[in-house]
Amino acid sequence: MADLETSLLQALHAQEVIADSGDLAKSLGVEHIVLVGTIRSLQASEMIIAEDIDHFRYVLTDEAQGYLTAGSPEAQVFNAVPAGEGITLAELKARVPGEAGDVGFKQAMQQRWLALDKSAAGEPRVVRKVDAIEDRTQQLLADVTGGRELPKAEAESLAKKRKLIKPEQWKTYKLTKGPKFALERKKPATDLTFEMMSKGTWRTQEFKDYNFNALGVPPPSGQLHPLLKVRSQFRKIFTQMGFEEMPTNQYVESSFWNFDALFQPQQHPARDAHDTFFLTKPANTPADRGVDKDYLNRVKSVHEMGGYGSVGYGYSWKLAESEKNLLRTHTTAVSSRMLYRLANQPGGFKPAKYFSIDRVFRNEQVDRTHLAEFHQVEGLVCDRGLTLGDLIGVLNQFFSRLGLKKLRFKPAFNPYTEPSMEIFSYSEQLGKWMEVGNSGMFRPEMLRPMGLPEDVNVIAWGLSLERPTMILYGIDNIRDLFGHKVSLSMVRKNPLCRLGL
Amino acid sequence: MPTVGVNRDKLFEKLGKVYTDEEFDHLCFEYGIELDDVTSEKEMLRKELASTVAKGGDSKLAAEAAAASEEVIYKIDIPANRYDMLCVEGIARALNIFRGTQSSPQYNLADMTGKQPLQMVVKPETALVRPFVVCAVLRGIKFDPARYNSFIDLQDKLHQNLCRQRTLVAIGTHDLSTIQGPFTYEALPPEEIKFVPLKQTREFNAKELMQFYLENDQKLKKFVPIIHSSVVYPVLYDANRVVLSLPPIINGAHSAITLDTQDVFIECTATDLTKAKVVLNTVVTMFAEYASTPFTVEPVEVVDALGNRTLYPDLSYRSLTLTTDYVNSLLGLQLPGEEIVKLLTKMQVAAELGPDGKELLVQVPPTRSDILHACDVAEDVAIAHGYNNIPKRIPPTTTQGRELPLNQLTELLRAEIAMSGFTEVLTWALVSHAENFEFMRRPDDGITAVEIGNPATADFEVCRSSLLSSALKTLAANKDNALPIKLFEVSDAIVLDPSKSVGARNERRLVAVFCAKDSGFEVIHGLLNRVMEVLGVPYKEDPAAAGSPVTYHWSPSADPAMFPGRQAAIFTGDTQVGLFGIVHPEVLAAFEVPYPVSALELNLEPFVFNQFYESLLEPLST
Repeated sequence: MADLETSLLQALHAQEVIADSGDLAKSLGVEHIVLVGTIRSLQASEMIIAEDIDHFRYVLTDEAQGYLTAGSPEAQVFNAVPAGEGITLAELKARVPGEAGDVGFKQAMQQRWLALDKSAAGEPRVVRKVDAIEDRTQQLLADVTGGRELPKAEAESLAKKRKLIKPEQWKTYKLTKGPKFALERKKPATDLTFEMMSKGTWRTQEFKDYNFNALGVPPPSGQLHPLLKVRSQFRKIFTQMGFEEMPTNQYVESSFWNFDALFQPQQHPARDAHDTFFLTKPANTPADRGVDKDYLNRVKSVHEMGGYGSVGYGYSWKLAESEKNLLRTHTTAVSSRMLYRLANQPGGFKPAKYFSIDRVFRNEQVDRTHLAEFHQVEGLVCDRGLTLGDLIGVLNQFFSRLGLKKLRFKPAFNPYTEPSMEIFSYSEQLGKWMEVGNSGMFRPEMLRPMGLPEDVNVIAWGLSLERPTMILYGIDNIRDLFGHKVSLSMVRKNPLCRLGL
Repeated sequence: MPTVGVNRDKLFEKLGKVYTDEEFDHLCFEYGIELDDVTSEKEMLRKELASTVAKGGDSKLAAEAAAASEEVIYKIDIPANRYDMLCVEGIARALNIFRGTQSSPQYNLADMTGKQPLQMVVKPETALVRPFVVCAVLRGIKFDPARYNSFIDLQDKLHQNLCRQRTLVAIGTHDLSTIQGPFTYEALPPEEIKFVPLKQTREFNAKELMQFYLENDQKLKKFVPIIHSSVVYPVLYDANRVVLSLPPIINGAHSAITLDTQDVFIECTATDLTKAKVVLNTVVTMFAEYASTPFTVEPVEVVDALGNRTLYPDLSYRSLTLTTDYVNSLLGLQLPGEEIVKLLTKMQVAAELGPDGKELLVQVPPTRSDILHACDVAEDVAIAHGYNNIPKRIPPTTTQGRELPLNQLTELLRAEIAMSGFTEVLTWALVSHAENFEFMRRPDDGITAVEIGNPATADFEVCRSSLLSSALKTLAANKDNALPIKLFEVSDAIVLDPSKSVGARNERRLVAVFCAKDSGFEVIHGLLNRVMEVLGVPYKEDPAAAGSPVTYHWSPSADPAMFPGRQAAIFTGDTQVGLFGIVHPEVLAAFEVPYPVSALELNLEPFVFNQFYESLLEPLST
């Protein structure tokens, strides 16, 4: 091909004009159709200009090919009829069989070369009317084959009536030099290469136009999970606000720390098997393991009879109930351990700000908005003389970091906080107030038995990590976010989390 | 949180004011209750009907819906400790007092001078099954259909909440004119208790009645187990051996209250006396507003098995002393004593200021069983003052922010693994037993996994002791993704550990899987090497490892979850900390993963150390 292209370009360079590419093909010894590909390609590169030349000629049909040597059907029929007495029709058919016989007899009769003699008795006989004929049809066919032009009327008759010849059209080209004519084609490059740079050919290299409408190739990469990206931002907000993270890496907890220490009575509905995963293995945490005996008795007593200014719940507190193991229903179980530690650490009480974000478990049916496990975000401040105003202040600080600047608070009930407040935020996007979390001050019945000083208060709040994440990313089914049914393409396409920027 | 449905117009009638939904919603918000839904009986039935359409509809329901009232019903969420707001009477009373349009009623016992109160005599056998009973009488009640329904609904709501589905307390109410004291509270073998129960026309003995309810009554059958296995059943009789009730299941038909009932006898039997008293107080204080002498209740004398006599209900007001300083310092306010007294009045709590102007002598009414401590009084002050009127302050507490080292390392490592081309997933800690063991071809040795006793679904039978099953589930759920799929997760596995006080511990682990047409074993091996590289832990055989206090190495292993000959255990020192290899095809088949998978699971906790190789693990409990 390259040779053909070079030959063409050289011929054009020598002749300036190639009047007909058909001649060029002949001189190059190739079929014209082969040359057409080269012409088109050079034309697209604007190296040559090709003008169409339309061609027309007649060629023989398959039927006519035989007549070229054997003579036209009418000549064959004439020659088969002996001079003189002639021949019967049946005999003639036997001598010139098939279509040639039928057509030839009809033509010869029309030309008045033959006649039908019915004068004698018996069958009519075909007899010659002339002595000799000239086979004009055969001659015309020979002319077509020889490329000679036919008289128009005869050509049409042969093509249309007798279908012995057919028209044929084709194109060749008149070739002249194009604006980018050169003896050798320069192929435009698609990319800048090391070779071009080392040889310096990039300076003269032509570059193919770049398709700017397509997207680029995605980089090979891993991705972080959307919910955990949000978790990372929450962690930053907390630590920037001076909060210390609690060790929440312990899902198995005793009822004592999950409920009793929080002054949650043993008949509370949350302690129902319907709401909480109780464990058969390990089934219990013996009270003598890890809980100080005096503290345990203070907890029992505050449930049963009160104390520290409380009347208590007035029921018979069961040790066995407090020993039952469960999967923690809230990270506040961890807070209660941490607060106890804070009250009883060497050197005595010191103020603390704690946070955690970790899994909690509820024995619920899984649906679009509920999972049996989810992440709880929790923050608490433990210091002397804290007030409800401090809680409102710290909540405003925290939620404004999340972009929720307009808050209001609703009285609520929670067994271990008093006062308790539900946190609502006004969503400008949705045009309504939405509940965004829960908060309160831990009850004295929880704090005083731990040994925290009288003037120490604890303000705390909590929310789920999943809900704000679902709102943030427009996810309406929690299973699309957390669990094995997550869509990997969602994870891959998820943008970075801007909370706390 | 209980939800109470009240007729809106009846409520507004009691409030003496018509609110828009928005206005009422706002009032609820201020008080700490919540207008959850605005509906009607007709609409509720219509919704129920719509849900049955798929099943061919319910013609009875359709007829009910057509005939149902279109009157607007407010569904109101009530805080779980405000039993005095579980009926329209209580809600209206609380809101009226809050708005200052009504003063708190004084709840009284009827003056019984010269009269012998009705008696309830408790037999010792009741201690075997349901030891307590408390009673009261409401005289001259005027019922109408709305009040009657509210009376029944309140008992229902109490049974569902405070009474814990009748296990702790059960309420029986009776038309006093049909029965005669003294009454007895007994416990008898079920065959000996014979009566016509409510809604039935023939006599049953208690044993056959339990069977009857188990077989025929959807509502009552769930209460049968409370006494079913007891040798004796609790029962209340009147002086003529008429059965009042078989608590906590059903009342007798004989003493049923009707719209015409005027004198109502109320008994609450219980396993918890404190709650029985609260329940009785709630019923009588709410409905005493319809008594001939409003807010006055006739007491009943309960004679316990030891012969001790106690008058019920106990409508005494509990005294509580606190100071204005306490209230103000808890709330961050500087309210004068008079203002605090005024605010408490709005919350049905009467208070008096002591001579020093600082002491607050508070009278807690019998309706407010939720007030246990001075902090509850302070909260009432805050609600009446308005939470949103409390000035905010930033706590002065200065502390240092700090991440848990284990979690900080997790954050750092997650980013590194994502940089290595793996996509992070986040899966559940709860799995089925089969997913943790059988699917993994790992036998349950009984000392590995934490087991749940009462899972709501079979998907959550154990806590995963390995993260790999969750990663395989994720692969199975994402089969249509282009290969290779590279996933990782850094989460906690949970394992039994008798050395821990709770008997189990979390273990922070990394799991990574590579899934393609070929196993990609070398990819996972390479990830292990990379993870160790970023952890700064050299391979034992590496010359650079000389002198490093921590190194790692691997050696061929035989874990049943992995393909034989294509797996290795990972060690640091002599301790195995992980495993990598090609996952066994039978494991993949069990999880329905059609392609080969290579996996790595690694315990990260041995690598939680600082630059001096000091461990930074800080367990919550020992």
